[in-house]
Amino acid sequence: MRGGAVTRDYPRRDSRIALGVLALAFITILIGGALAGLFAAGAGDIAGALAAFDPYLLRVARFTLWQAALSTLLSVLPAIFVARALARHPAFPGRAFILQLFAVPLALPALVAALGVLSLYGRAGYFAGILSSIGGSDWPGIYGLSGILVAHVFFNLPLATRLCLESLQTIPADQWRLASQLGMGPGAAFRLIEGPALRQALPGIAGLVFMLCVTSFTIVLTLGGGPAASTLEVAIYQALRFDFDPARAVALTLLQIGLTAIVVALLARLGADMTGDASLPVAPRRYIANSAAGTALDVILILAALAFVAGPMAATVASGLEADLARLAGEASVRKAAATSIVLAVVSAVLAAALSLALAMARRALTLGREGGRRPLLAFFTDTGAGFVLVVPPIVIGAGWFLVLRHLGDAFAAAPVMVAAVNAVMAMPFAIRAVRPAYDAASERHERLAAQLGIAGWTRFRLIDWPALRRPLATAFAFAMALSLGDLGVIALFGSDQVQTLPYLLLARMGSYRTQDAAGLALLLGLVCLLLVFAADWLGKERNP
Amino acid sequence: MNQAASKAGAVRLDAVAFGYGEVLFRFDTAFPAGAITAVMGPSGSGKSTLLNLVAGFETPQSGRVLIDGVDMTATPPAERPVSMVFQENNLFSHLSVEKNVGLGRSPSLKLGPADRQAVWAALERTGLAGKERRLPRELSGGERQRVALARALVREQPVLLLDEPFASLGPALRHDMLDLVADLQAERGMTTLFVTHHPEDARRLAGHVVFLEDGRIAAAGTADDFFAGTGPEAFRRYIGLDGDRSRDVARKPT
Repeated sequence: MRGGAVTRDYPRRDSRIALGVLALAFITILIGGALAGLFAAGAGDIAGALAAFDPYLLRVARFTLWQAALSTLLSVLPAIFVARALARHPAFPGRAFILQLFAVPLALPALVAALGVLSLYGRAGYFAGILSSIGGSDWPGIYGLSGILVAHVFFNLPLATRLCLESLQTIPADQWRLASQLGMGPGAAFRLIEGPALRQALPGIAGLVFMLCVTSFTIVLTLGGGPAASTLEVAIYQALRFDFDPARAVALTLLQIGLTAIVVALLARLGADMTGDASLPVAPRRYIANSAAGTALDVILILAALAFVAGPMAATVASGLEADLARLAGEASVRKAAATSIVLAVVSAVLAAALSLALAMARRALTLGREGGRRPLLAFFTDTGAGFVLVVPPIVIGAGWFLVLRHLGDAFAAAPVMVAAVNAVMAMPFAIRAVRPAYDAASERHERLAAQLGIAGWTRFRLIDWPALRRPLATAFAFAMALSLGDLGVIALFGSDQVQTLPYLLLARMGSYRTQDAAGLALLLGLVCLLLVFAADWLGKERNP
Repeated sequence: MNQAASKAGAVRLDAVAFGYGEVLFRFDTAFPAGAITAVMGPSGSGKSTLLNLVAGFETPQSGRVLIDGVDMTATPPAERPVSMVFQENNLFSHLSVEKNVGLGRSPSLKLGPADRQAVWAALERTGLAGKERRLPRELSGGERQRVALARALVREQPVLLLDEPFASLGPALRHDMLDLVADLQAERGMTTLFVTHHPEDARRLAGHVVFLEDGRIAAAGTADDFFAGTGPEAFRRYIGLDGDRSRDVARKPT
């Protein structure tokens, strides 16, 4: 009660709230401006926008949902059994390594993963020879729906496995002890113990995977390969970049926003965490009786999943090493793109860290100042509301601003600003996860002391908050930088010969069939992003003494 | 700023009402200036709340908080002539002893020669000489509270609020600390409000006692009266003087 009762009064002139309002204003302008641009373009050509709702658009919408549903099914269903196998064998050789490996796809840029899938299963991939001799004809490669599915499963099977495993590991050891005492077999244990635990988590996991697949852009762009396998986001991109048909772009965007809003609303009802990633505790000691046959099946399952996840990664490395890396590194265009990428990613990461810090501070200050249980709108927006930026995919924000800026001059000139700003806002919900708990904990310890001694504003940040926040902010920074470095959303719309990032250059090399170059760039990009994400993870785990 | 005529640091709660949820506190009392008053009472009776109201961490729903006759009700904590020592989290864990004390002189740690001299003297006075560069984690629990006291000294405020600062220390150490507080108070003449659960602490240190029950002041008087066995009935029941086994001495969860 000591902690609960104190400090409800002094935010009256708290500069932290002003910072939060500033951050919210920035986010609102970025998203609101895009939406305004879309509506203005739609209103200017209502007939065109209505006419855009043609059979093609409906087919695209249907395909968007269809591929997402299939991807979810193919990711989550096997994940349940792989997770169960891992849960039942806490001493499986290399278990920790497998779980670590399963965290890698999340860290990889989608473009790199897509290239890895292609260099394995593509027409000229490592498996093409075997697959051709099995099929009896030339292997056509896995463009289209199959390619999209393979890539989506590559991303989401490991994620779903980790999340399922997390829920399985919440089962208390006592229950297992009881089950073994009662002589429960694997079937009964699955029905009575593992099943209920999974049932609680599955809607959220499936929802998260579905959301990731509905808004997937890069994979569909690189592996979809044509109008037959196009999603709304890719269609928006094509409408703006190739057909230049703003009316169609507006129609597509509205449909996309509607769709994601419905999915997010459903997710919220299911209680899913939109920014979910699994943090796995040490496997508890188990009292599980495994039959020999069951064990053999589990081993096969785990190895199959491992092969499926590790395959594209190994292919990325192998084909990347075949490229002439030294020549690539010396190329002026590569160097320029790398420099652009790094500068934009650093700006974006600083911005993401600042936004998340400002929102965390404002939320805390508002919590301290709240009388009774009232939740003013501002408190909502600095709290859960911040996560709702994920409803508006980067392509949509980019499309909106693209339509606004084309009236004001050269839209492509705004590329750096757009890329940095949009990526920062998209990384912000993840950055908040690192920063907010640390800020709240520090504030819990220091709030009264700082108020008593009159330490406020910049002095407070420098003397009191910065030492406690250094690491979480570095985590947020590294994560946001990785996200921004690998992103091929906004830059796909705004990129040009003048402003190229590494992913954009990679896409261009792929488009001009310089596959080796693309593979080499993918390897470099993938490695940098991996290093950043693992640095973020490490910084997040290390505790201050 | 100190008035020469009367002793400085007269604290008065004028019909103060404060509540959160269903709990309501009503305080209407004055504390003798320049003396130590022990604030006692069962858990949840409002001892910490009373101190928080004086320090400015809580704002009354009605009524006024007066210090030396000046209405402080709307004054932020840092601008009140008050120093407070909490039970825990008195120090910034990443700052050295010296800096933690220095913050009492300047919230941005801009210390002049006079400030440094004051910090040095306060550390000397509280028995911390030679430990200036240490971090709080390199100190014992008692030493950490000495640092907090040293900071209260350099702040040179007429009112000192002690919210069970020694509750987590062993008996011998606690007695040492109480003696230190008594000495410092005798030197500086600060009006001291001291929350404690231990009757013997109150007896050892305080000239006056205020006893709280159910969010209001149930009794107030001199320590001698309180402990002579002639104190208020509720107080006797609380400390177990009536032979009636006390039900409320359970320590507050901290």
